[in-house]
Amino acid sequence: MSDALIRFEGIGKTFGRVRALADIDFTFMRGECVGIAGHNGAGKSTLMAVLAGVYAPTQGRIEVDGQAAPHYDANAARDKGVRCVFQELSLCANLTVAENMCIVHPQLRGRGWRRRATALMREKLEEIFPGNGLKGNELVSDLTLTQQQMVEIARGFTVTDAPVRLVILDEPTSSLDAHTAEQLLAFVRTAAQNGITCLLITHMLGEIERVADRVMVMRDGSIVSVLPREASSRASIIQAMGQHLEAEKTSGAPRVTADRGNERHFRWNVGARKNTAIDASRGEIVGFAGLAGQGQTEALLSIYEAATRRGAGRAKVAFVAGDRGRDGVFPVWSIAENLDLRWLLGGAKARRGLVDFAAARAVVQAWRARIGIRGASMNAGILSLSGGNQQKVLFARALASDADLILMDDPTRGVDVGTKRDIYRLVHDEAAKGRTFIWYTTENEELSHCDRTYVFRSAAVTRVLQADECTEEALLAASFEEHAA
Amino acid sequence: MTFAISQTRLRALLPAISLVAVLVPILVMQPAVMSYFGSNLLLNLAVPIVLATLAQLAIITVNDLDLSIGPFVSLVACIGATLLVRQPWLGVLALVGCVLAYAAVGALIELRQIPSIVVTLGLSFVWSGLSIVLLPSPGGTSPAWLGAAMSYQTPIVAAPIVWSVLIAIVGHLLLMRSSAGVRIRGAGGNPRAMRRFGWSLVRCKATLYGVAGVFGVLSGLSLLGLTTSADANLALRYTLLSIAAVILGGGEFIGGRVSVTGAVLGSITLTLAASFLAFLNISADWQVGMQGAILIVVLSLRVLLQRGERR
Repeated sequence: MSDALIRFEGIGKTFGRVRALADIDFTFMRGECVGIAGHNGAGKSTLMAVLAGVYAPTQGRIEVDGQAAPHYDANAARDKGVRCVFQELSLCANLTVAENMCIVHPQLRGRGWRRRATALMREKLEEIFPGNGLKGNELVSDLTLTQQQMVEIARGFTVTDAPVRLVILDEPTSSLDAHTAEQLLAFVRTAAQNGITCLLITHMLGEIERVADRVMVMRDGSIVSVLPREASSRASIIQAMGQHLEAEKTSGAPRVTADRGNERHFRWNVGARKNTAIDASRGEIVGFAGLAGQGQTEALLSIYEAATRRGAGRAKVAFVAGDRGRDGVFPVWSIAENLDLRWLLGGAKARRGLVDFAAARAVVQAWRARIGIRGASMNAGILSLSGGNQQKVLFARALASDADLILMDDPTRGVDVGTKRDIYRLVHDEAAKGRTFIWYTTENEELSHCDRTYVFRSAAVTRVLQADECTEEALLAASFEEHAA
Repeated sequence: MTFAISQTRLRALLPAISLVAVLVPILVMQPAVMSYFGSNLLLNLAVPIVLATLAQLAIITVNDLDLSIGPFVSLVACIGATLLVRQPWLGVLALVGCVLAYAAVGALIELRQIPSIVVTLGLSFVWSGLSIVLLPSPGGTSPAWLGAAMSYQTPIVAAPIVWSVLIAIVGHLLLMRSSAGVRIRGAGGNPRAMRRFGWSLVRCKATLYGVAGVFGVLSGLSLLGLTTSADANLALRYTLLSIAAVILGGGEFIGGRVSVTGAVLGSITLTLAASFLAFLNISADWQVGMQGAILIVVLSLRVLLQRGERR
């Protein structure tokens, strides 16, 4: 094929023991627009980072213009004309718009570089987003998020010496408004016609439907299907994303819901304008679903705030963090100290104003047996445990307290299957005892444990699914709902 | 919108405004200050402080902090007062070694991801120790050429002002205008993006720490030229003074937001503030506290302006 620009052959990438990409075979053709769709963690961003030369693949080979490129790094990618517009913007906020040009273009140096950079940037901005009103000498930190994204996109298409041949657009429209997004999509079509290959990664399937010549659908680090333009409707993309799901659902025994009664009913209003109502009753497991970062964590935090504040929604609440390193473990404390922390706040009875160490030891030993941590001494540092066991300790921390309401922020992130099963069992047992769980997860299979699931999109709930309606198809459709209520 | 822009501009002008705020009362109280000799006398000690401030600025650009610049300046002065007089070539070698050591420390901090505060705090004791080894008791002499350079009489405008303006222009061109300087500031603003586009952060930090070393050496030599003798504790207060001057000049601890001209103005303001308080007949016991109060006022003003911008 003479039109092949870059060819991936059996590309794989692992981070430690986590496999992010496996056996990717794909050929990017000259002047085509490829849409890339997939759920969170499907490997889209990793694949693009490999293409941009940020990560070196652990397996496989890359061919550029029909020749093998063994040392494919960021500089090589740039020389071959590959540009990337990253999802989290890669602008330096302390520099001006024009100054940001010289970070991607090493050729901009010597006398008059600033003038050349400004001219290049303004020309490209005008071409993609006519009437944008940017002059080039503004500090990036003074721009709105939309303007920053426009600058980032325009910078990706600017040319100094090596021609631009392939541009990766990772969620380019996430902070553009309808008008500028429209301008960008029109430009992408023209650019493709002029021979620039454009890769469009987006959760807005309607955009892929409109501009893509081919659609690559990814799941679990591999490509599950490549749809031609004729077959790339929203519905068929969603279907392709869901078709490779494991049928095995880990729901276990049917849950007993009869003897619950309405002893206590929780109700909170969350979201930007406090107009999304979340209901939960005693002993219920409520799921939060949707794509990552659609406001689920914020909703959990505002529930926590409401529950700790004096007032109607007050409840004894505990929080299980998902990002262990950042919000979970106290790295220099022992396992026991990490475990009984929440118990000290609620549940422990002080003896003459001092901590009752005997009782603390008893609590720690009881939970050690329940969560099944063997081998390690409870006085050893928490970091001596594996990630999964650390997460179990965090669960025990929440459950050992007197909390009636447990909020979980994607707690099984990066945890192995065995630990997950233990955690599910704990959640079911404790829910049966009357504790309420609110469970945000990015893994759709886990939602089968929930009595009711709220699907989030753009910081609002698009749909509430009861346990029996909570199928993969319904979840995906609700997650990609483009006009959230 | 126009209001927002004027506030941004106002913030950029704040270093100049605070300088004027200190300068005007001094001129009112002591009009003689405006004369050639008056300004020379008043700003004599500003040159080493300006240089030390630029050394600190280079390091704050990459979100680090140098707690060893004061002892380092003292060490340079001690080397200048001893080795440079007795065995000039050895003295030059020692100074070059100091600069290289600084660059190596920068590379080490980036490679091993150690907090710069810890490393430079440790180094400050190393520098102090070396100074005491070189010069156990205050003394030594400055090389003749150095004394001559520092007492050189420039026409019309007093030498310290000429020096400060020159240093500000050179620093501004290097760090704020040249493409290499912009890339280095980019490393302070968004290191991840810089790495992603194939730039070496190690090289960046080594360069900046090396530059800081060069400015530190210049600061130490100019100080020696003024005082004509050295002491291991000569410039210890420069550490905090230089940090204060960078911040006073509109720099920020994180995000690579720095201003060379602002920092130069800031260090001159701090030099003048001491004289200002002396003119007010405030006893020396209170002067340090008053200097702190001036800093707090200026920084609060800046926070207020920032808050106004965000609104």
